[in-house]
Amino acid sequence: MIAPFYKYGLFGDEVSLILAAVIGVGFGFFLERAGFGSSRKLAAQFYFTDMAVFKVMFSAIVTAMLGLFYLSWAGLVDISMVYVSPTYLLPQLIGGLVLGLGFIVGGYCPGTSVVGISTGRLDAVAFGGGVFSGIFVYGELYPWLADFVKSTSMGRVTLDSWLGVDVGMVVFAVVIMAVLGFWGATTVERKLARREAEA
Amino acid sequence: MNPYLAGMGLGLVLLLAFVLMGRGLGASGAFSTIVAVIVDAVAPAHAQANEFYLGYLENGYGSPFKSFLMFEVIGVLVGGFISGALAGRVKRTVERGPRMSAKGRIGLAILGGTMMGFGAKLAGGCTSGQGLSGGAVLGLGSWTFMIMVFVGGYAGAYFLRREWR
Repeated sequence: MIAPFYKYGLFGDEVSLILAAVIGVGFGFFLERAGFGSSRKLAAQFYFTDMAVFKVMFSAIVTAMLGLFYLSWAGLVDISMVYVSPTYLLPQLIGGLVLGLGFIVGGYCPGTSVVGISTGRLDAVAFGGGVFSGIFVYGELYPWLADFVKSTSMGRVTLDSWLGVDVGMVVFAVVIMAVLGFWGATTVERKLARREAEA
Repeated sequence: MNPYLAGMGLGLVLLLAFVLMGRGLGASGAFSTIVAVIVDAVAPAHAQANEFYLGYLENGYGSPFKSFLMFEVIGVLVGGFISGALAGRVKRTVERGPRMSAKGRIGLAILGGTMMGFGAKLAGGCTSGQGLSGGAVLGLGSWTFMIMVFVGGYAGAYFLRREWR
């Protein structure tokens, strides 16, 4: 028996939707545990006072990445069947920038706004309404945006294949960068806390 | 919760999605489905002529609502509420900095959400789908996206300090 189980037909569409809901419950639970139902906590990342966004995001990435790496190494997961969203370099670069600006203006991202809504944050409700309108604007402009969105297409390309190195090297580098990042983030937080205490 | 522990919890949920489904988590896709269904209900011919809406209307499951992301996001609502209720964090409030009015904050939340929705569709996913999921499988575009999200956030932070600080 080899994973991903859905792709190997271990269960069908109906079961997959039940699992989707269960996975969602876990996702929402840990987002709220991290404090991400609060836009102030999320925005604090960009003022260096609370770097939880970075810490949570990269510990999640490292955990899942290491899990997949070892499971695939042990032959338990067929990594070629795991979806890697295709690279469209320029649209992703510009889209990321617009999204990042939207993050500091709005205080949430789509996933965290759902958690904000379920815990009563009215600004999250407003933000969610904004997401709908942004997608509608995109949909209406799609005929004119389509060429750009499909440009600089590189297909399924991962950092290791792009750099031409072994995937283990990239995994190792990401772990090292994350640990250094955690250390740096905590150092900055402490410095700012001391400065604010003195002021 | 300790951010590293919460992150590990998220990472294990993400790993579970990869192992069970062969795909990661997401959020903005569920918003897109709802937009596509509304546009289709109001102006069916208009929606059917648009490749973007059509992608969400005909998803292979037979109904647009029968999608992984729709069910997952309903789960996120439930899971977020459970965690918040257990911790006593469920509260009707408008989160904002001490110098910001509630009305102004709501206006900026709508504006930011609009930018976010538009940006997420340009990039083919949001912080969940591109950032977390694409990051964990080392996608080149996902890492480019993630770096730019932080660049955008820090670039805007100075101008919006009255909203948060």
